[in-house]
Amino acid sequence: MAEQQHEKYYVPASSPWPIVGAIGLGLIAFGAGHTVIDASKDADGWGVNVLFAGIAVILIMLFGWFRDQINESMSGLYSKQLGHSYRQGMAWFIFSEIMFFAAFFGALFYARVIAVEWLGGAGNNAMTNAVLWPDFVAHWPLTETPGGTESGAMGWMGLPLYNTIILIISSVTCHFAHVGLEKNNRRQLTGFLAVTIVLGLIFLYLQGAEYVHAYQELGLTLDSGIYGNTFYMLTGFHGMHVTLGTIMLIVMFFRVLKGHFTPESHFAFQATSWYWHFVDVVWVCLFIFVYVL
Amino acid sequence: MSTVVGEMDHHDHHHHAPSGITRWLFTTNHKDIGSLYLWFSFIMFLVGGAMAMVIRAELFQPGLQLVEPHFFNQMTTVHGLIMVFGAVMPAFTGLANWMIPMMIGAPDMALPRMNNWSFWILPFAFAILLASLFMEGGGPAFGWTFYAPLSTTYSSDSTALFVFSVHIMGISSIMGAINVIVTIMNMRAPGMTYMKMPLFVWTWFITAFLLIAVMPVLAGAVTMVLTDKYFGTSFFDAAGGGDPVMFQHIFWFFGHPEVYIMILPSFGIVSAIIPAFSRKQLFGYASMVYATAAIAGLSFLVWAHHMFTTGMPVFAELFFMYCTMLISVPTGVKVFNWVATMWRGSITFEPPMMFALAFVILFTIGGFSGLMLAITPVDFQYHDTYFVVAHFHYVLVSGAIFSIMAAAYYWLPKWTGHMYDMGLAKLHFWASLISVNVLFFPMHFAGLAGMPRRIPDYSIQFADINQIVSIGGFAFGLSQLIFLWLVIKCVRGGEKAPAKPWEGAEGLEWTVPSPAPYHTFDTPPEVK
Repeated sequence: MAEQQHEKYYVPASSPWPIVGAIGLGLIAFGAGHTVIDASKDADGWGVNVLFAGIAVILIMLFGWFRDQINESMSGLYSKQLGHSYRQGMAWFIFSEIMFFAAFFGALFYARVIAVEWLGGAGNNAMTNAVLWPDFVAHWPLTETPGGTESGAMGWMGLPLYNTIILIISSVTCHFAHVGLEKNNRRQLTGFLAVTIVLGLIFLYLQGAEYVHAYQELGLTLDSGIYGNTFYMLTGFHGMHVTLGTIMLIVMFFRVLKGHFTPESHFAFQATSWYWHFVDVVWVCLFIFVYVL
Repeated sequence: MSTVVGEMDHHDHHHHAPSGITRWLFTTNHKDIGSLYLWFSFIMFLVGGAMAMVIRAELFQPGLQLVEPHFFNQMTTVHGLIMVFGAVMPAFTGLANWMIPMMIGAPDMALPRMNNWSFWILPFAFAILLASLFMEGGGPAFGWTFYAPLSTTYSSDSTALFVFSVHIMGISSIMGAINVIVTIMNMRAPGMTYMKMPLFVWTWFITAFLLIAVMPVLAGAVTMVLTDKYFGTSFFDAAGGGDPVMFQHIFWFFGHPEVYIMILPSFGIVSAIIPAFSRKQLFGYASMVYATAAIAGLSFLVWAHHMFTTGMPVFAELFFMYCTMLISVPTGVKVFNWVATMWRGSITFEPPMMFALAFVILFTIGGFSGLMLAITPVDFQYHDTYFVVAHFHYVLVSGAIFSIMAAAYYWLPKWTGHMYDMGLAKLHFWASLISVNVLFFPMHFAGLAGMPRRIPDYSIQFADINQIVSIGGFAFGLSQLIFLWLVIKCVRGGEKAPAKPWEGAEGLEWTVPSPAPYHTFDTPPEVK
């Protein structure tokens, strides 16, 4: 395929990384399963070793795969059409992430609007309340469960509000970094990218502080009923996404320092920026539905 | 529907397939990956089928004779999981891999390395799932729908492995679907507009959208099961303010689009085969596209028809009943279009057409029993009986599986370069057709008479029906070995297949030689 009369779609030669990735995911699934089982029995097992082996394999895979990818990109093998493929792929991936969060938001709405109300006797459920949970009165945030577990509730002032402001600002700075890249203003790019990363790290730190506050002072834990469940699952998965996004931004930062990306060709940067905006939008929804309302 | 202008380029002779095991491990070629998917799905079909044989052997007579009830439950559960996620879905993904790039004139899938990753996750996922059967306490035994609290409070240790294996299956499906959707949006040859795409491409396009939309919801559902069982959350536990019925809502929000994921590509296959062997254009191409989209859209609004007996408010039951019935309108459009395509056609009955015709008739029977199940008050009687088992096996076995068989018989010459043994194929067809009806038709009556599903023993009055059903089951299982033998024979040799072995067939895939060269359409063909 030496002669290039047409702009050809780049079909990569065979690559070891996908199968390495499959092995890594297999080890993670098998190891994570056994880690959970071991933990539930308070036993020290080998599950956690398999899990970490799997994570190591995935890291090797990511490193190798992205190295190949970057080399191909830098040597100009990629066409505009391939760039479209990557962008569309990333967009659909983000759509799948939205649907993942939708499952947990769905659980939140169902619990709050339907399950808790019915336990309190709403609709035609008077007997459910009278016979099964006679002392339970429906309320939200659910600070006392039908089973009698009590906890505090997290307000939206203070840390959550600061975090909202931080993340919204970081979305703006991320956009300015992108604009800098497109105008080929490398100083604007590196500066705003660095600010975005720092804001992401501050967010994660404050999130951690909020969890400590919730556990130690509010008695709000993962197992304190549906309010705590939805609170930690939604904020926890969001926090994991922010962590991943921050790592991606850091990788982008070092690639920028190495002189990668041009105003025309910067898929990785664009994907990271989209991901960051997505994480930000999810947080705004979280802030409204988990904290404020 | 589309014609190729200009000549095909044949300059890819120097790019032969690499040999040895690394070809299959490292491949980025859509045809290799398609073959891997198809073989994997067939192996899983046999594994899941063997479990069905265990079920039917136990149910051959009333009483408990062969297996423990707990093991019986594991068999029904893993049979379902394997057939849904291991057999039907990978078979369709395999067909998509093989055919979509050739049908739209693309050199390969849009993201070839990720394509290989999607495939190779599956053997690991299913190895974990199958290995969990050998754990202390046994494998998953809560039904493929893993309702809480069966999967939380009352499940065995292996649940964690089940959860993580479903997670990586989901990752595989999502990446596969992203690949299909991006390939279709971005890789069509010049002139291949959306409304010129073959219906198989269209149906997969919509299927891929459904997959990306609902597989993450399944991931959320299994995650909540995991935390409920192991980390003290109470999503599905009333004592903590949750609700076991909430599990069913989340599961079926995934589960109902999922059943269309398993049938929409079938519609595409049948819409390719019936015109080819009727030697007519497909009747109502545009309405087929719109009907598929309508079915997909409605699939998000019908999930609670699986839950009529959970005590939902009457308003919700009515809403979901009417939405479900609405689906019969676009589905009816499709069935009428297939029949209208055959009307006054010059029909011949080669094996692909035989399976496609059986699909139309038997899928319609399954559709009608679905319509019966959609009627809320009537469902109160049918719920969780063998009537339901009969219904979804009609749409999935004589529906989805028959269409996959039809596809295999239609495209095997293109894949292998050889014609297959027509006599053997017809034997496979008739054996499958008769046995599948002996297997599933009497189940309707058992269900109407009140025989519950997922139970290893039954009341004595169901003995005759179950014996007939089991005989049908064994016969259907054995019939599939004919297919295995036929495919192996066809791969190893046989009469040389021409580029277009079916005279009425249309589409870009028939413009390339058989077997299709390792790389097709390096430079895109022009479609008028």
